[in-house]
Amino acid sequence: MNKTFAIAAWGTVVVLGAMAIGAIALHRGEPINALWLVVAATCCYSLGYRFYSKFIATKILVLDGLRATPAERLENGRDFLLTNKWVVFGHHFAAIAGPGPLVGPVLAAQFGYLPGTMWVLAGAVFAGCVQDFVILLFSVRRDGKSLTEMAKDEIGRVGGFVAYVAVIAILIILLGVAALIVVNALKASPWGTFTIAMTMPVALLMGVYLRRIRPGKVLEVSALGFVLVLAAIWGGQYVSQNAALAKLFTFSAPALAILIMVYGFAASALPVWLLLAPRDYLSTFVKLGTIALLAVGIVALHPTLRMPALTRFVDGTGPVFAGKIFPFAFITIACGAISGFHALISSGTTPKMISRETEARMVGYGAMMAESAVAVMAIIAACVMQPGVYFAINSPAGIVGQAPATAAATISGWGFPVTAADMETLAHAVGEQTLFNRTGGAPAFAVGMAHIFSHSLGGETLMALWYHFAIMFEALFILTILDAGTRVARFMLQDALGHVYKPLGRTSWYPSILATSGLIVGAWGYFLWQGVRDPLGGINSLWPLFGISNQLLATVALCVATTIIIKMHRAKYAAVTLIPLAWLVAVTFTASWHKMFDPNPRVGFLAQARALAAGPITAAIARIIFNNRLDAAVTGVLVLMITLLLVESARQWIGILAGTREAQVKESPFVRTRLVQEQG
Amino acid sequence: MNRRLKVIPVFTARVFRIIRAILQEIFDEAAYLRFLSRVGTVSSSESYAAFRREIDEAKARRPKCC
Repeated sequence: MNKTFAIAAWGTVVVLGAMAIGAIALHRGEPINALWLVVAATCCYSLGYRFYSKFIATKILVLDGLRATPAERLENGRDFLLTNKWVVFGHHFAAIAGPGPLVGPVLAAQFGYLPGTMWVLAGAVFAGCVQDFVILLFSVRRDGKSLTEMAKDEIGRVGGFVAYVAVIAILIILLGVAALIVVNALKASPWGTFTIAMTMPVALLMGVYLRRIRPGKVLEVSALGFVLVLAAIWGGQYVSQNAALAKLFTFSAPALAILIMVYGFAASALPVWLLLAPRDYLSTFVKLGTIALLAVGIVALHPTLRMPALTRFVDGTGPVFAGKIFPFAFITIACGAISGFHALISSGTTPKMISRETEARMVGYGAMMAESAVAVMAIIAACVMQPGVYFAINSPAGIVGQAPATAAATISGWGFPVTAADMETLAHAVGEQTLFNRTGGAPAFAVGMAHIFSHSLGGETLMALWYHFAIMFEALFILTILDAGTRVARFMLQDALGHVYKPLGRTSWYPSILATSGLIVGAWGYFLWQGVRDPLGGINSLWPLFGISNQLLATVALCVATTIIIKMHRAKYAAVTLIPLAWLVAVTFTASWHKMFDPNPRVGFLAQARALAAGPITAAIARIIFNNRLDAAVTGVLVLMITLLLVESARQWIGILAGTREAQVKESPFVRTRLVQEQG
Repeated sequence: MNRRLKVIPVFTARVFRIIRAILQEIFDEAAYLRFLSRVGTVSSSESYAAFRREIDEAKARRPKCC
C-alpha cells in the first residue's frame, strides 16, 4: 500500500514538473505566470533530492552512519562540534548564500527567462548540489580538510598550487566586481548612500551594546539594529528631498569607488569587534529575513513574467553583457547553478559540525537546492518588469546613449518599448533621480523586488521604501563580503609570504598587516577602478571574468571529487562528477577563448584593445587598452593553470584505471561512532 | 482527530526550537555559551571580549561566499 502510494505521489510530481517545464519552455508570445517557475523548481528539487542524491549517497559515497565524524572524534567545543543537522543546514546555507544568486540571474535575464531558469534547475540538480555534497563528504572523511589540502593530497602539489592561486584570483576579482555593483547602485543616489552610511553608526552602536550592555545577545541586538536601519531607510527620503543634505550624500562613481577602497583597507587592517562583526550579524539578519519575505511575496502575488522566454540577444548582441547564450549564460549564472566558491565552504566550517555522515546529503545537496531557489526568485524579480524598463536600467550609456530620450528610442528600436517619461515616473516612484544606465544588476533586482513587495504589502505608496530596502539589503550584503573577503585574502597572502620572510606571515605584525592589506585592496581596487572608468559599464568585462574564475574553481573541486571517486574503486559511477566537469571545462574554456580572442571588440579583450589602438590615443584610452590586455592575460593564466590541473588529474585517473598507479585515498581511519548503540 | 490536533502545538514548538537553535548558531550565541561553559565563567563584558578575540581570528580566515 505504502509503495503504491509512493509511486503514485512521485509519479504526480514527475507529471507536474514536466507540465511546468513544458509551460516554461514552450510558451511563446504571451506572458506566463511566475508560479510555473516555482512549481517546476519545486518538482525538480524534490526529484533530484529524493532520487539522484540518494543514488549518489548509496552507490558512490556509501554514506556510513556508523562511522564517527570529525565533529565526534575531534570535538573541542570550538571548531569541531557535534551539531543538530538542521542547525548545520541553516549555518551552511547562511554561509553559501551571497549576492551571486541574486545578481547573476538578473544579468542573464537579458536572454529571456528560459535559459537562466533551465540552467539554474539542471545546473543545481546535476552539478552544483553534487559538487557541494561530495566535497562536503570527502572533507568529513579527511578530518575537515580544506579543498586546497585535498587537492594537494589526492592530485599532487600542482593541484594544491592551482587551487590556492584560483582561490586568491577569484577572491580579488569577486571583490572588484562586488564593489562595482555597490558603486553602480549608489552613484547619484543620496537616499541609498545615506542609508548605507547610517549602517556604520548603527553597527558601532551594536558593537558597544554587545560588548558593554548585553554581552553576547547577538540576535537581540541584530533585531534592534534592523529596526534602526529601517528608520534610516525611512529617513533617507527626507535627505533626498533636502537640497543641502542631498548634496552631502550625492557621489559620482569614481568618488564612491575611492570611498569603498578606503573602507576596504580600514576594514582589513583594524580590529573587527567594534564595526565589522556587528555589521556581519546585521547583514545576515537582513539577508535571511529578506529571502524569506521575497519567497512569501512571490507565492502570494504570483506575478506575471513580462520578459519573453527568449530575447533577440541570444545572438550575442546583448546590451547588458556581450556574448552568445553559449557559453555566456552559463558563466553569468554561477551561484544558483554551480559555484566553485561553495567548495570552500563545504570544506571549511561545515564538515567540522556534522554529527553523522548520513546528514551530509541533506546539508550539502539540500542547502545548495535552497540557494538555487533563491536564484529562481531573482529570475522572477528581474522578469516581472517590462523588458524595456529592464534594459533601460541595465544598459550602459556607451550602448544606448546618455540622454534619456536617446536611450529610450534605442531600446524601443530593439522591440522593447519604453519611453523617457515611463522611466522618469518609475524613478520618481522609487525616489531616484534617474534609473537609466544603472548597470550591475542590483538596481534592476531592487526595482523587481520593490514591484513584488509593493503589490503584496503596502501598495504603490511604499514602492520607494521597498526599493531602498532592497538596495540597502544588497549593498550591506556586498560590503560585508568586501571586508570579510579582504581579510581572508590578506591572511592567505600573509601565509604565503611567511614562507619567504617569516615576520610577513605574522598576522599581528602591523607592517605586514598594512603591506598585505594594501596589496589586496590595491588588486581588487584596480579592477573596481577599471570597471568605473569602462565606457561599457564595467560589468561587461568584469562579470564574465568573475564567472570564469568561479567556474574554474568548480573545475578544481570536480577534479578532486572525480579523482577520489576513481581511487575509491567507483570508476563506473565517475560520470556523476565527470559530466559536470566536462561541461564546465567546455563552458569556461570556450568563454575564456571568446573573452581573449573574439574579433568582436565588445566581447574580446584583445579585439577591444586593437580597436581602441587604431584610433587617437589619449591617456585614458591608453589605460583602457592596458586594462583589456591585462584582463586577457589574467584569463589566459587561469586557463593555463586549470589545464595543468586537468592533465595532472587525467594522469592519475589513467594510471589508476590501467593499474600502473596505486589507488590510495587519504581518508582518516574508520572509527565506530558512539552515537549509535550497537545492535544485537 | 483530537489526538492529531494535540500533536500540532508539540510540532510547532519543536519547529520554533530548531529555528531558534539555527539562529543562535548562525549568530554565534551558541558559540559564546559553549565558550562560557568551556572556560567556566559567566557572561560579562570581559568574557565576551575574550570570546571575540578567540572567534575573530578563526572567522576572519573563513571565506564568505559570493
